[in-house]
Amino acid sequence: MQQLRLTRTRRIALIGLTGALAVSLSACADSKRDEGAGGGATGGTMIFGTAGNPKTFDPTFTDEGESLRVVRQIEDTLIQNKPGTADLEASLAEKWEPSNDAKTWTFSLKKGVTFQDGTPFDAKAVCFNFDRWYNMKGAAAQSQMIYYGDVFEGFAKNEGDAGGAPVYKSCEAKDDGTAVVNLNKAKGVFPAAFTLPAFSIQSPDALKKYTADTVTKSGDSFSYSEYGTKHPVGTGPFKFESWDTAKGEITLVRNDASANKAKLDKLIFKVIPDENARKQALKAGEIQGYDYPSPGDYGLLRNDGQQVLIRPSFNLLYLGINQSGNPKLKDVRVRQALAYGINREQYVKSKLAEGSEVATEFVPKSIAGYTDDVTKYPYDPEKAKQLLAQAGASDLTLKFYYPTEISRPYMPNPADTFTAISEDLKKIGIKIDAVAEPWNGGYKDDVQKNGKQDIHLLGWTGDYNDAGNFIGTFFGRKKTEFGFDNPALFTALSGADAAAAGDAHAKAYQDVNKQIMEFMPAVPIAYPTPALVVSSKVKGLVASPLTDERFNTVSMG
Amino acid sequence: MLRFLVRRLLQAIPTLLILSILIFAWLRSLPGGPAGALLGDKATPQKIADLNKVLGLDQPVFLQYFKFLGRALTGDFGNSLASGQPVMSEISTFAPATIELGFAAMVIAIGLGIPFGYLSAQFHGRIVDNVIIVLTLVGVAVPVFFLGYVMQDAFAAPLGLPSQGRQMTGLDATSITGFAVFDGIITQEWDAVWDALKHLVLPAVALATIPLAVITRITRASVLDVLNEDFIRTANSKGLTQSIVRRRHVLRNGLLPVVTTIGLQTGALLGGAVLTERVFNFRGLGYLLAEGIERRDYPRLQALLLFGAVVYVLVNMLVDVSYGIIDPRVRVR
Repeated sequence: MQQLRLTRTRRIALIGLTGALAVSLSACADSKRDEGAGGGATGGTMIFGTAGNPKTFDPTFTDEGESLRVVRQIEDTLIQNKPGTADLEASLAEKWEPSNDAKTWTFSLKKGVTFQDGTPFDAKAVCFNFDRWYNMKGAAAQSQMIYYGDVFEGFAKNEGDAGGAPVYKSCEAKDDGTAVVNLNKAKGVFPAAFTLPAFSIQSPDALKKYTADTVTKSGDSFSYSEYGTKHPVGTGPFKFESWDTAKGEITLVRNDASANKAKLDKLIFKVIPDENARKQALKAGEIQGYDYPSPGDYGLLRNDGQQVLIRPSFNLLYLGINQSGNPKLKDVRVRQALAYGINREQYVKSKLAEGSEVATEFVPKSIAGYTDDVTKYPYDPEKAKQLLAQAGASDLTLKFYYPTEISRPYMPNPADTFTAISEDLKKIGIKIDAVAEPWNGGYKDDVQKNGKQDIHLLGWTGDYNDAGNFIGTFFGRKKTEFGFDNPALFTALSGADAAAAGDAHAKAYQDVNKQIMEFMPAVPIAYPTPALVVSSKVKGLVASPLTDERFNTVSMG
Repeated sequence: MLRFLVRRLLQAIPTLLILSILIFAWLRSLPGGPAGALLGDKATPQKIADLNKVLGLDQPVFLQYFKFLGRALTGDFGNSLASGQPVMSEISTFAPATIELGFAAMVIAIGLGIPFGYLSAQFHGRIVDNVIIVLTLVGVAVPVFFLGYVMQDAFAAPLGLPSQGRQMTGLDATSITGFAVFDGIITQEWDAVWDALKHLVLPAVALATIPLAVITRITRASVLDVLNEDFIRTANSKGLTQSIVRRRHVLRNGLLPVVTTIGLQTGALLGGAVLTERVFNFRGLGYLLAEGIERRDYPRLQALLLFGAVVYVLVNMLVDVSYGIIDPRVRVR
């Protein structure tokens, strides 16, 4: 028993700790100076809890909501949405006018506006931004310009495979206060698309100084210039101060030079991914508001004295139908039977947040192009059964795909939605073959690319007030997701898109909506309404259908 | 000892190489990919294919692997697709939080686990033993996230403890090393130290429950084994006091399997940290990992999982070294 001679109790205790200490020895710590957080959560500071990390505050390269939330405070667009609505109002442009052929847009700019770096905002700056987008070089940079790609379709020189013919042609600065944007073709998305944060006007000096266009591929990822993460400069009511990635805090300070001067001294966005943790933080007074409260908590939050602000709906949840799946789905009577067979009223009432409504077509009510005059499909299981029988589809089995590991504004709980709808369909004699897949783990691929499903759940969050943003995206061309080829519908949609903005544009989309609700390529289910919550002290925050909340009007009690 | 260490380090190289292949292959065999996550709701099959091409993800996997390996050997793990930041700088920014949390959890687990296990063995079959056995069973069985939520609701407000975050906004020590408590001590910002410690309590206790339960059980079983050994009877017969028998004979021999367990549990902490950090919004490596998985962030996940493997290998090496200290026979061999 020689080893007993080495005994020392204290050493044993130390050995016990070896395991834990080992981790600390094997990692290094980056020293990072945190400055400027001294003010605390009192007086003129508001801390708002957000659900995810932003990526960059150069909106050119992102379509991601948490980045754009911050961008909307720092940067302005030419036209913006009226608070609480999807209607348009002046922002950096006092007036905007299309030519008769809608290929030329003339913007009369606000005078006396300066960027946060002190340089003047004028027509040259506007054209600099448009030209920057159009002339962007490199497949890496172009692939990140998701909204530009959607709206303007192509670049001066397309370097990726996805680019098409460019819609943008040129921009002229007629004088300091007048910018004229020329397009190669008219598109119905204008002028609404000018409200997109992706088309915020940023300081040309800052963009050049920090080489904002540098997006390079490094390995199997991208690296960006520091402009978007450390030096974004716009004309908005708040200036960027810091982004502490370790703490997940983005700090903005008031821009005293802004015409829409903010009331708060400081606005901090704090990333708290877990919804319950956000709720806890609000209860403890560590934050003064947060996004996406769970609908089940609305009552509790209100009892607690918090304000739950419901956003007007700009979302759509639909049940997709793949006509290339089960051949019976090619029969319009079968598709209509699905619509009659789903108790949407019941679903909306029992499963969705207050304010949500049954969808009667594929665009929300607040969009120009919505019409009440479409064929309606109220819950009628008997009629559904009859239609199935007429189509010889009484013994129908459908592969029903639904996503897991995801919560979208239009679909807070996909499994719940699936259960409710499949129970209804079973009642009209349809057998359900359920397939659940992770959202980013095969679901979107299988549904949109491989078309493996017969029916599926999906939805859309609108970007701007144009019906084409909804129905054009869904049904504008032949898509694997829906598996039908309907040239008449495609032509009607491209015609509506090309119709100049205004009444003719809205009327064209109303007609298409009627056509779609006859053809029933999918079943619109609901217009869900997400919400945000702020403490009783917060005043002046207006919930926006487009999650376009501006904090310049906010004051603390 | 040096030769032993060098040999173990050399052995680690093929281990890590094989792991890097497995991690690489596993990530790419997951359905979905970073392009879909990056493009979000607006992703169309065409855009996804284009982005995959730009990212080089359309190339054969073995080719991607060799490119990755070539860069990794020079220390370049690329940029995160989710954040656009270099992955290594993300790891060094977020590691201190996890180390701090893991350290606090292991202090709790070891500090309580060994005495509990020992007590349980000493009072074998009696009420103390039974209570400890039941508690450890509960400790292992309760999911961390559930415990986390219960603790937030039940203990945070009454005990005046923060229920989420790592530091109060505005009340944070000047960051030097990234370790909140440590930074506060060296800059003598005591209110920040106190605040950081308070933020540590609930997540550390939640994270500690499983290792605490395991360490208690292993200590108990091991001490019980030793108590029945002949040499304990001999030691008692030759008239040694109880405290000397316990310290020199029982604990020393009983601790060997416990040290192994501690090593394994420390390695497993990263797994527990993913849930704990999420529930308590404690921004560390677990938080990075969870976000990486959601967004199929290959570069970040590759680096993080390899980093985890390196930590695991190092911890096990330290465990082996500590064997030599507790039991010199290991060194002789």
